[in-house]
Amino acid sequence: MNNKFKRLIPQFLTLLLVVLIFGFFTLNAQVNMDNRGIDFGFGFLKQEASFDIQFSLVEYDGLDPYWWAYVAALLNTLLVAVLGIIFCTIIGVIVGVARLSSNYLIRNTAAWYVEFFRNIPLLLQIFFWYYAALRALPLPQDAEPLLGVSYLTIKGFYIPAMIWENLNIFLYSIVLAIIGIIIVRTYARKLQENEGKQLPVFYISLGLIVILPLLSFLVGGVSLDFEIPVIKQLSITSFTYEGGVGLPPELIALTLALSLYTATFIAECVRAGIQGVGKGQKEAAASIGLNPNQILKLVVMPQALRIIIPPTTNQYLNLTKNSSLAAAIAYPDLVLVFAGTALMQTGKAIEIVSITMLTYLSLSLAIAALMNWYNKKIEIKEK
Amino acid sequence: MFKLIKQLTSFVAMVAVLFVFTTETMAAKKSKTLKNTQKKGFVRCGVSQGLPGFSNADAAGNWTGVDVDVCRAVAAAVLGDANKVKFTPLSAKERFTALTSGEIDILSRNTTWTLSRDADIGLTFVGVNFYDGQGFMVRKSSGITSTSQFKDGISACTNLGTTTELNMRDFFNSKGISYTPVTFEKADEVVAAYDAGRCDTYTTDKSGLAAQRIKLSSPDDHIVLPETISKEPLGPVVRQGDAVWEDIVRWSLNTMIEAEEYGITSSNADSMKTSDNPAIKRLVGAEGEMGAAFGLDNEWNLRIIKQVGNYGESYKRNIADTGILPDRGPNELWTKGGILYVPPSR
Repeated sequence: MNNKFKRLIPQFLTLLLVVLIFGFFTLNAQVNMDNRGIDFGFGFLKQEASFDIQFSLVEYDGLDPYWWAYVAALLNTLLVAVLGIIFCTIIGVIVGVARLSSNYLIRNTAAWYVEFFRNIPLLLQIFFWYYAALRALPLPQDAEPLLGVSYLTIKGFYIPAMIWENLNIFLYSIVLAIIGIIIVRTYARKLQENEGKQLPVFYISLGLIVILPLLSFLVGGVSLDFEIPVIKQLSITSFTYEGGVGLPPELIALTLALSLYTATFIAECVRAGIQGVGKGQKEAAASIGLNPNQILKLVVMPQALRIIIPPTTNQYLNLTKNSSLAAAIAYPDLVLVFAGTALMQTGKAIEIVSITMLTYLSLSLAIAALMNWYNKKIEIKEK
Repeated sequence: MFKLIKQLTSFVAMVAVLFVFTTETMAAKKSKTLKNTQKKGFVRCGVSQGLPGFSNADAAGNWTGVDVDVCRAVAAAVLGDANKVKFTPLSAKERFTALTSGEIDILSRNTTWTLSRDADIGLTFVGVNFYDGQGFMVRKSSGITSTSQFKDGISACTNLGTTTELNMRDFFNSKGISYTPVTFEKADEVVAAYDAGRCDTYTTDKSGLAAQRIKLSSPDDHIVLPETISKEPLGPVVRQGDAVWEDIVRWSLNTMIEAEEYGITSSNADSMKTSDNPAIKRLVGAEGEMGAAFGLDNEWNLRIIKQVGNYGESYKRNIADTGILPDRGPNELWTKGGILYVPPSR
């Protein structure tokens, strides 16, 4: 009892200290804000924002309230984070495997890429892609069409827009195909465990995901049209494109910089993962008659992933947080729109900065939770 | 008798000392900012990150401009030396937080005076040192000579966190034109993007357009359109809650403008002490007790005029002679057809 009490004292004192420090900061902020006649409150979120955003995934207009501007900006941040994570994973895996190639040229090109891109500050790389690389792009009127329908110009990347009819039926068919694949896989596993027979699961899955949506087009009344961007003259020398989807150059530059930078770290994670699987494992797998594909799928990858996933999670978190550098090149993300314009127009610095910090914190925790769940799924299950 | 005189004089001296002491400390007590400034030995002034004519640093780090001169005037009045200023370059986004958090004591950074800024966020605007309005710059080759030629789909580059962003929306909405705003944090980034062809037009205060045009790769290829779409009275700002400091900054600016009205310049200020006009004498510290209320000596305004010059000199040196806006327009004195009109120093 006495010992327990002794152990509790430092805990209690620490708690008291933390509470006191936070209390002091809160009180200090309150007193100073009172002295300067600044109100604290979140009422401004319902006020009309009255500024426009360059690019948003949802319908946003200046007549909408600040909280809607927050949502639009948050979605822009999520967009660049998701695009960045997809591209950096693809590039990272390819480069990581290439670093282990037996081909001298491939191996060294990959090594140079990694050393070059991970050792230059990210902000500089963003500036490079935006100001140097994109500056070399043609003006809208000089752009050559890509595949006849897209235009890469200094004002943005104009691609055809998809115009769906009965989009819901198409989506149902995809959902149906995915359910079908899950059933086939479960059945195939049972079949192997009970009778030792193998089904060509991959080809069946491929067939399902292609045939079902195709059927929705042929008999389900689904149709897809493309709206191709058309050049429009604004004045004697300035042009733009109408129709289609215009991706802002800021989004392209940011996605490029973020994925190329983060991919170098992921490549190293992948290399470490593959090298971390003992040679004996592959030899043992070969000796029981597995083919090279099966060795990679059933023996090497499951073990490599356990090494790759935790550090890769870190890189995903870094990428998401680094996306806030968007503010430097006018990409309307959370920091530029909400912690920038909205903060300036309302003057609610403490409120807005706290909301922004909490948002990034929640985003990071959500990504970490997702990756931890995946990690749990693939880690060694002791029976 | 002798003893009495001695006692009397020492009493008078004591009263005098006490009086001087109390007037000094009363003002200082009233203004924490003044006390801190005198203790530090320099005025902490927030300026832009480089806007020629308003606040711009040369290669040696010397700041010049009409906004800079307001801070120099306060330093001359309060510390006796116009060079005792510490300049902090701030982006439009950082400026108000820097002031309210106490990092700077004067914000003199081409800042528009609006109701919400004045009332909402703990700031007080002390006056106007430049009457401006928002305009548009386009490429000459585009053939556009008026905003009425703007078409749907136009893209406009501008600065983040400014009244410009709001005015731009009001303007395009009222004309029913759809547009793409591209907003950057730093003015240099806006200029670079517009120069590269990212935007069809660059919009900000007209003085800013004139100043930034010089930074473009070939300034002559660009024109500022004649339309003005907003009122932008630019002026220095102080924190709310220090009335004496607010008055010092306000009257430092007023002194410069009134000095021009009475023809007092940096070169003739000393000789004006013997002028017949009491209004002039008050402006050079030769009549009245114009500094006492601020806790300053009587020659605070003379020092401003001698060290910084009057408003006209400052305008000529920074804006006219540099070719930014040779025509003073509304920023001419009310006696000469402009709207510069300040309350009298008396």
